[in-house]
Amino acid sequence: MRDVDVAIIGGGPAGLAAALGAKKAGADKVLVIERDRELGGILNQCIHNGFGLHTFKEELTGPEYSARFIKEVLSGDIETSLGTMVLELGSDRVLKAVSASGIQEIRAKAVVLSMGCRERPRGALNIPGSRPSGIMTAGTAQKFVNIDGLMPGREAVILGSGDIGLIMARRLALEGAHVAAVAELMPHSSGLKRNIVQCLDDFGIPLMLSHTVVGIFGKDRLEGVSIAQVDSSLRPVPGTEKLFPCDTLLLSVGLIPENELSKMAGVKLSPDTGGPIVNESFETSAPGVFACGNALHVHDLVDFVSEEAQEAGENAAAYAFGEAFSGSSAEVVPGNGVRYVMPFSINPKKVKNNMTLRLRVTAEKRNAALVVKMDGEQVLKRKKMVFAPGEMETISLSGELFAKRPNISRIEVSLEDK
Amino acid sequence: MKIICVNCPMGCPMEVQVSGQEISVSGNACSRGAAYAKTECVNPVRMVATTVKLKNAAIAALPVKTAKPVPKGKIFDCVKALKGVEVCAPISIGDIIVPNCAGTGVDIVATKNVGFAG
Repeated sequence: MRDVDVAIIGGGPAGLAAALGAKKAGADKVLVIERDRELGGILNQCIHNGFGLHTFKEELTGPEYSARFIKEVLSGDIETSLGTMVLELGSDRVLKAVSASGIQEIRAKAVVLSMGCRERPRGALNIPGSRPSGIMTAGTAQKFVNIDGLMPGREAVILGSGDIGLIMARRLALEGAHVAAVAELMPHSSGLKRNIVQCLDDFGIPLMLSHTVVGIFGKDRLEGVSIAQVDSSLRPVPGTEKLFPCDTLLLSVGLIPENELSKMAGVKLSPDTGGPIVNESFETSAPGVFACGNALHVHDLVDFVSEEAQEAGENAAAYAFGEAFSGSSAEVVPGNGVRYVMPFSINPKKVKNNMTLRLRVTAEKRNAALVVKMDGEQVLKRKKMVFAPGEMETISLSGELFAKRPNISRIEVSLEDK
Repeated sequence: MKIICVNCPMGCPMEVQVSGQEISVSGNACSRGAAYAKTECVNPVRMVATTVKLKNAAIAALPVKTAKPVPKGKIFDCVKALKGVEVCAPISIGDIIVPNCAGTGVDIVATKNVGFAG
């Protein structure tokens, strides 16, 4: 058994920023445990540009963005364990990890959960048909092409128009494959407008809204898929099926925070985010266990992951030094038109300069406003031309609002007409 | 010319009219849309990010990009020019992999630091 101040599980963008935050806050022994052979996480395979606009005021590719953090971590007296996977985590913050050199037990004063997220697989969709090779998630294909230098196929169909699916449509087209179509169950895409224009329109790839894959054909290798239109209750309309011959089907149908270890440690999860329920300090229901990044809730921008994770790391260091994060808190509640608000509770006494709320709306709404109420009293109203579920919203509440109301019990955020 | 704005989820469908030096944009909800429509109409450019083959490293592909955006019509020329290009680790971010790619005047540069692994 060895002891560390802060153990960070996962060396992707969240883990890297958390490590820097913990170190900056004065933690002595900071350990980053990464399962892969290198740091950087999913950014290693996100070779397209568009990262870091908020943080660095320039557009970087994924590997360039992570390299800036990796450089700081490696020069910052932070220990990293690569090729090491955490198998167990207890609520006592003792963790068991395995690597080529065997099993080790680590006792941490504080733990940061930064395991990222996973893609929803075929099994979660109930698509009827055979089980040939050639069907994979968009992220798996992304790893094949961008890291292993292998093409998954020559004729592709993509189900789901999330950003990874759109990015992969362009990537396959650039590498000489033909992308026949992107089918999207919903009447709108959850992907960014920029990706629809630059990844599909630029390459003449059709986006079929209100369509889904209803059949899969082929024995050893995928030979084709059948795509049908769906009605307003998302059920396939009989007679609209169309066969698309293809050898590859990519799935881009949602991301789920990865929390097997969190559950093991007794951390309470939210059904709305799939991630841990945290307070204003990113502490989960298990004292001394903090969460950030896509393991906490799925982000669209890595810049926000880095911001959040740095704070989580700072707080983990503070916990390791003996600061307690419990105490009477106001619950944060999603009101009308809001799917979830992060964090789930706020202790007004822990709010420093200001408090950032991050949230997603349930459906697209134009000419609307986000309204924040503290114990029924409206304290903030932010108008915008359009709110969309695919874009995480950020609200900053001044520390003054909390200083004046040290005993509030309820903060509600809702989406209202302008 | 019809252009969909990419600046925000509004996705304004814009109509651009060019008569001589005058470019007029309609259908945009804000000024960012007009600026985008004008650029997109006069000289649409894109960053190209792809990979080249990599030797002596733990990974098989090196991510690269155009150092600056290139004309939209040159995207495939740039990718074709990289076919068959093979580099050896170690590589640093910013290393020029192919200068003046496909006659665009823009270099292809590495976007990842890769150590030597024989």
